[in-house]
Amino acid sequence: MEQEEKKAAKIMLREVVDQVYQEAWDAKKRGEPVGWSSSKFPAEIAETLGLKVCYPENQAAAVAAKHGGQRMCEAAEGMGYSNDICAYARISLAYAAGEEAEEKPMPQPDFLLCCNNICNCMTKWYENIARMHNIPLIMFDIPYNNETEVSEESVAYLKGQFYDVIGQLEAISSRKWDEERFEEVCKNSNRTAKAWLKACSYCQYEPSPLSGFDLFNHMADVVTARCKPETAEAFEALAEEYEQAVKDGTSTWRYDENYRIMFEGIPCWPVLRTLFTPLKNKGINTTAVVYAPAFGFVFNNLEEMMKAYYKAPNSVCLETGVKWREGICRENKVDGVLVHYNRSCKPWSGYMPEMERRFRKDLGIPVVGFDGDQADPRNFSEAQYTTRVDGLFELMEENKKGRGSV
Amino acid sequence: MTTIKEILSRFQEIASNPDNRLQGYIKDGKKVIGCFPYYVPEELVSAADMVPFGIWGAEGTISAAKEYFAAFYCTIAQMNLEMGLTGKLKGLSGVIVPSLCDTLRPLSQNFRVAVPDIPFIFVAHPQNRKKEFGVQYTVDIYGKIKKQLEAIAGHKITDEKLTAAIDVYNQSRAARRTFVRLAGEHPEAVTPAERSAVLKSSFFMTKQEHTVMVNELNELLMALPNSDWQGIRIFTSGILADNKNLLGILEENNLAVAADDVAAESRGIRVDVPKHPDPLYALALQFGEQDHDPLLHDPELNNRPEYIIKQIRSCNAKGVVILMMQFCDPEEMEYPDLKKALEQEAIPHIIIGVDQQMRDFAQARTQIQAFADVLSMA
Repeated sequence: MEQEEKKAAKIMLREVVDQVYQEAWDAKKRGEPVGWSSSKFPAEIAETLGLKVCYPENQAAAVAAKHGGQRMCEAAEGMGYSNDICAYARISLAYAAGEEAEEKPMPQPDFLLCCNNICNCMTKWYENIARMHNIPLIMFDIPYNNETEVSEESVAYLKGQFYDVIGQLEAISSRKWDEERFEEVCKNSNRTAKAWLKACSYCQYEPSPLSGFDLFNHMADVVTARCKPETAEAFEALAEEYEQAVKDGTSTWRYDENYRIMFEGIPCWPVLRTLFTPLKNKGINTTAVVYAPAFGFVFNNLEEMMKAYYKAPNSVCLETGVKWREGICRENKVDGVLVHYNRSCKPWSGYMPEMERRFRKDLGIPVVGFDGDQADPRNFSEAQYTTRVDGLFELMEENKKGRGSV
Repeated sequence: MTTIKEILSRFQEIASNPDNRLQGYIKDGKKVIGCFPYYVPEELVSAADMVPFGIWGAEGTISAAKEYFAAFYCTIAQMNLEMGLTGKLKGLSGVIVPSLCDTLRPLSQNFRVAVPDIPFIFVAHPQNRKKEFGVQYTVDIYGKIKKQLEAIAGHKITDEKLTAAIDVYNQSRAARRTFVRLAGEHPEAVTPAERSAVLKSSFFMTKQEHTVMVNELNELLMALPNSDWQGIRIFTSGILADNKNLLGILEENNLAVAADDVAAESRGIRVDVPKHPDPLYALALQFGEQDHDPLLHDPELNNRPEYIIKQIRSCNAKGVVILMMQFCDPEEMEYPDLKKALEQEAIPHIIIGVDQQMRDFAQARTQIQAFADVLSMA
């Protein structure tokens, strides 16, 4: 019998995300409650209770990548939301209010899972949706951490909320909490995180078997489906492909790799091709992205799980944020850093000038910033971006003559 | 006998010259702790025999802080950093910096590393602040602040001292609430700018000193005959409402502030600290009871619009002036629902964009004039 051809990891990964949304639609049809969740809400809770959940941030990114961002943002502005507000939030608020988004439709919510470890904007964003639909909002509050460690009182606060959230979701799902199922879900979640981190780690090879921009695309899986075994399997398959590519000397980055950079921040989804063009022309591969460590939630028990969820790009102190980034810059041997000053993301962009100075001093590599937005194309200038990438290229050339990469 | 205008003039002098106050306290040998927005438990500072000093930006130009922030951040945060970088906060024995919004998060980090000479005390208030685990977390973090303050003060904060400080603050809040009511009742005696100065000066004085002056003023206001003022009472909402030019334009247009939903004014004085044998726990309970604020999670979801409508009705305001702090996304996020609630109740409102670098008031003047015309015809 002919052996079945092995499915490409990127197909497996796409199918996993498609399945998440299909399951949500199916649940809606059956009359089961469907939730909307922020990307770093402890997903293990809803998964344990068998609740189907969609992810507005993932939807907003998909809508923006398919050029629906401006239309949706303008719809939200028409409802009275300032254009200063995060574009993901504006897209999501417009969709929740009934604005169609053929680019990435998903069922309207019956409950909301809000965790503010990403940002405080999330809290008001979800409250607004809860009011529109008159539905329950389950708030998991993770306050900003000014220290490099997570304190005992913080863990205690999160544990208190963990049990409280379970109670609220038991009522919504009409199911009882099953500790054994929770352990199984956590096992899946850890397996996914480890496989994700492993796949990301292949950026360290020279030349890299992948472009870091691939990781942005695969992030959808780690956001929407990290508790499913299929996701772990897909990331394991991805890691195997990268392993093979290293052996074969191939790469998903089909251009020269004259230089390697860290791309700091969320990409500008509406103009991905534009972001790519000068990088490819100059042979600059992205081999480090901050999302790799940001979604590596690995834990062995409840206390470690709470600590893991305390760590999001905008919830850790400056020193931890710098350490993460400098770690992946060193591991992945970057020659420079390209910083996205993301108009949508005040917390993230608010640390960057100081981080830039630290990268230059600690790593001895050039750092260049550009202005953009994760989902509203009106906040991006192609001319400025191209000039900045050219500038980074020149600085890396000069630096190469001197010191080399980190 | 001291007149109302004399007291108001003293308040204006204090509110306009925070530097003088700061240097005065330092000269007197007092330790002064800068309190950034929002909800700093100042009682702890007071109980340590130190002076809590409100640092909510200042009108001016941002220059040095541009090394830390792009342009799209609220000017309060940028100006606080600017003041730190340019030595204007020199002499403070510490700062307490909360992190309740997405600008305060990076501000906390930037200030900590950019102004290393001032001891830094961080606060991350809980949003799930009402349930027992949230109250306990508040107790824990306030306990940490207490320890850091004790280290700065060089002595312990006893329960007796803290209980006494809570009394001082409850009296201060009560006096300020009474003043807000009286100022709304007597626009013939208190202009919008004077009203602002009375409330703002509380940032730059010990509450003991401030309450003495406010009580003196309140007594004089209470002794006034019923007001026959013929202008229009409005309600203000926003983070700050202390710009003299804007307040002057309100006065020119015969508008008086009947009550407010302003972070630097009434939002901070709505809730007293309840009685409890453990004063730290009492402070945590007070934070748990804070509500109706865009900076705070609203577990009831609709609390704020309903509360504000009630406030507007009870002070007989005919319209609302929303002073929208530029780049303040919590306020911006809550605007559409506030707008909807106001429209449902047929309460007219205008929204004016403000910041602490504002120089041109022509547009605001036109808006306010038109609004006054609309209200006078209603």
